[in-house]
Amino acid sequence: MQPFTPLAELARGLRDREFSSRELTRSFLDRIRDHSATLNCFITVDEDRALAQADAADQRLAEGSATALTGIPIAHKDVFCTAGQRTTCGSRMLANFQAPYDATAVARLDAAGAVTLGKTNMDEFAMGSSNENSHFGPVANPWDPARVPGGSSGGSAAAVAAGLTPLATGTDTGGSIRQPAAFCGVTGIKPTYGRVSRYGMVAFASSLDQGGVFAASAAEAAVALAVMSGFDPLDSTSADQVDPWLNGLGDSHLAAPAEAPVIGLPRQYFEGLQDGGAALEDARRTLEEAGCRFVDVDLPHTDAAIPAYYIIAGAEASTNLSRYDGVRFGHRCENPRSLEDLYRRSRTEGFGAEVKRRILTGTYALSVGYFDAYYLKAQKLRRLIQNDFLAAFGSVDLILAPTTPGTAFPQGDLTDDPVAMYQQDIFTTPASLAGLPAMSVPCGFADGLPLGLQLIGPHFGERAVLETAALYQQHTDWHTRHPEAYA
Amino acid sequence: MADIDLPHLCRLAQLALDGAEADAARADLERIIDMVDRMQAFDTDGVEPLAHPLGTAARLRPDEVTEQVDRDRFQALAPAVQDGMYLVPRVVE
Repeated sequence: MQPFTPLAELARGLRDREFSSRELTRSFLDRIRDHSATLNCFITVDEDRALAQADAADQRLAEGSATALTGIPIAHKDVFCTAGQRTTCGSRMLANFQAPYDATAVARLDAAGAVTLGKTNMDEFAMGSSNENSHFGPVANPWDPARVPGGSSGGSAAAVAAGLTPLATGTDTGGSIRQPAAFCGVTGIKPTYGRVSRYGMVAFASSLDQGGVFAASAAEAAVALAVMSGFDPLDSTSADQVDPWLNGLGDSHLAAPAEAPVIGLPRQYFEGLQDGGAALEDARRTLEEAGCRFVDVDLPHTDAAIPAYYIIAGAEASTNLSRYDGVRFGHRCENPRSLEDLYRRSRTEGFGAEVKRRILTGTYALSVGYFDAYYLKAQKLRRLIQNDFLAAFGSVDLILAPTTPGTAFPQGDLTDDPVAMYQQDIFTTPASLAGLPAMSVPCGFADGLPLGLQLIGPHFGERAVLETAALYQQHTDWHTRHPEAYA
Repeated sequence: MADIDLPHLCRLAQLALDGAEADAARADLERIIDMVDRMQAFDTDGVEPLAHPLGTAARLRPDEVTEQVDRDRFQALAPAVQDGMYLVPRVVE
């Protein structure tokens, strides 16, 4: 079985009985085993469970009740709860946690017949931009093992980039799908807030967290997104959005947009890029030749996004993570002397340095005397950032921007400077604060490392985002390049 | 430089940081708060705070019993339980 075989061909091969899901699953499990020592992209791989799911998929394929994903292997970021398989969230706190239920996104992919290969490595509690904050060790970038894969969904992005799985789920709170997609040269989409249920996704910042997916192309990401998304009564912020286009995608190819979109270029996103903006300029020309029209747009509050994001995300994290008390589940310290000692030592031992920083930042912003100056101020800026986008979408269908300021950085380069690390999220946090759908698509290389472009759409504008990305991928082959060591 | 009362924050957050870990956390927090202070340069007078990106109110559902709590299944995750109770150190002497 060739790695990097397009999803549609895998589905056709399974339907035509050219190979079984068991054979396909076995071939990916073998690749995972061959490369786990260098990449470290998986925290848990349960071969027996995967093969049992593959056998059930083969049964369905034989019965003729298969979907586009039946028998197709997938990996889940270890933030998604999976019943019967541990869910660690990259943390010592949950190192032995067995979720009592499946996340809705996982349950829907399971119901479609997708085969779970394992759970991918990630920054602890999805907090990080380099995957260096995992209790289970850092993930290497398949393009250069001395560099980071991005984060927090670094394991998922690296696994797709190295051909260890055709699909992988991720979550994106401030860029955690888009930035690793860009660093690893794969396609990743963060849907509109509320599109994918948060039920069973370990919470980091509840007003920002959104599930999504990594794939080799926009067309393949769309197939998985169609299955994962949709209203869920178990998530009180799930959007009751009926979208026949998305649900009807199946394995049909994503069409080019019926009408070429008008795309906005926000000048605030084009300053200080590592390659001087050359890759983005090429992408603009390609899309222009394909019929798209470009206009300049202004997003004047872009510079407020990182500070506002780190206050809001920290505040929500400090609240969400208060549930880890060593009493009901998760890590518990040895021989606690008192209830207070139990709480404190369990949390201090269970959380890593970055998670503690975020909790303390959030605690500071929510404490008496600072609430208005920090938390409320950040929420007001969040409104202004969203208003910038809403105004821009009055005259354009989409926005084109870089995903990151540059390529993947060397491991260890930013670990001593959290503020410099946070600056990596400069182009991804604005769409997160505004709740907009955004995706990263490979658009070239600098010094042999992949670069990504970002397409941002209006709320529930995934169709224009995905179709325009597909249009771009019809005219380019960046998304078909693979790191030599894994080709 | 931001005024960080680390022992107070640690009390609120139920964390115990000592020595080098506390020094590093304080230095990092000072830098982080200095960075987020860039927010103060933006005029937000009269702007309504945005708490939810879609601006919608929380959904209500009919007041009906929809699931049964399976205590044994959830308590199987707990570090220490006895007779259906979670065990913690003695609180009242």
